[in-house]
Amino acid sequence: MKGPGPRVYAAVYAALMALLGVTMALSAVDLGPFGAAAAFSIAAFKAILVALYFMHLRYERGLLAVFASAGFVWLGVLALLAYCDYLTR
Amino acid sequence: MPEEAIFEDALERRQAAALGMWTFLATEVLLFGALFVAYALNYHLHADAFREAARRLEHLLAGANTAVLLSSSWTMAMAVHSAAAGRRRSLLAYLAATMLLGAAFLGVKAIEYRTEYEHGLFPGRFTWQGPAPARLFFNFYYALTGLHAAHVSAGLAALAWLWLSAFRARLDPRSVAAVENTGLYWHLVDMVWIFLYPMLYLMGRAP
Repeated sequence: MKGPGPRVYAAVYAALMALLGVTMALSAVDLGPFGAAAAFSIAAFKAILVALYFMHLRYERGLLAVFASAGFVWLGVLALLAYCDYLTR
Repeated sequence: MPEEAIFEDALERRQAAALGMWTFLATEVLLFGALFVAYALNYHLHADAFREAARRLEHLLAGANTAVLLSSSWTMAMAVHSAAAGRRRSLLAYLAATMLLGAAFLGVKAIEYRTEYEHGLFPGRFTWQGPAPARLFFNFYYALTGLHAAHVSAGLAALAWLWLSAFRARLDPRSVAAVENTGLYWHLVDMVWIFLYPMLYLMGRAP
């Protein structure tokens, strides 16, 4: 199986811990409305790193990539429709 | 029917296993995702009360726990790598490290729950005189972190089983696939926590 090696894993781990450090540091300062946006952008970036490298999605093709995205796509549909309902009441 | 007759080669076997696992993970994404969406909508309806309630949580402990769980994902990735390379001793070591980190995460979570119990923030013993929707926030908090902790516990059981079977016998393609699938599960549970951390603990801090 072709996949990333220990060097890539170490680099991703270092990036994840650095991003956690940034989130914790940012939570101590008042960024106004950008605080939540920053915290969630960093979380999304961390999740993408985990999915692409630890879960090997960067190296997967075809049917497996479709199956892996299916859950997230349907969650997007669920969130979109729920928000359309609540925010237009 | 022997497995050799079903699968053309090792790659096909591995892809079939991963495909099944991702199908299960999609249901997990929707299980947690539905709760995330419900939380987000209620947050918008009661933003001030939710923020005030979120400030009662132990955000520094949660930050430390995030580091513990991210570390466990790294050791899990290394365990999968060791299994695929056929290195049994390093597989056993990385599996043990992942289990230790997972158990440490649950330990810190237990300390948090105890602190909340002492502060009167526990269901059935809720004495905090905060704004009314704060109780709703804490219901979400216990449901989300409780469901997540249950997933960590299930992951620990799977890891213990992998460790024992790798300890007892040589690695065959089937056990390598089992390590890979447990890895996928463990990383997804980590991913859920990556979002729970800002959602629950940091919202009260970022105005």
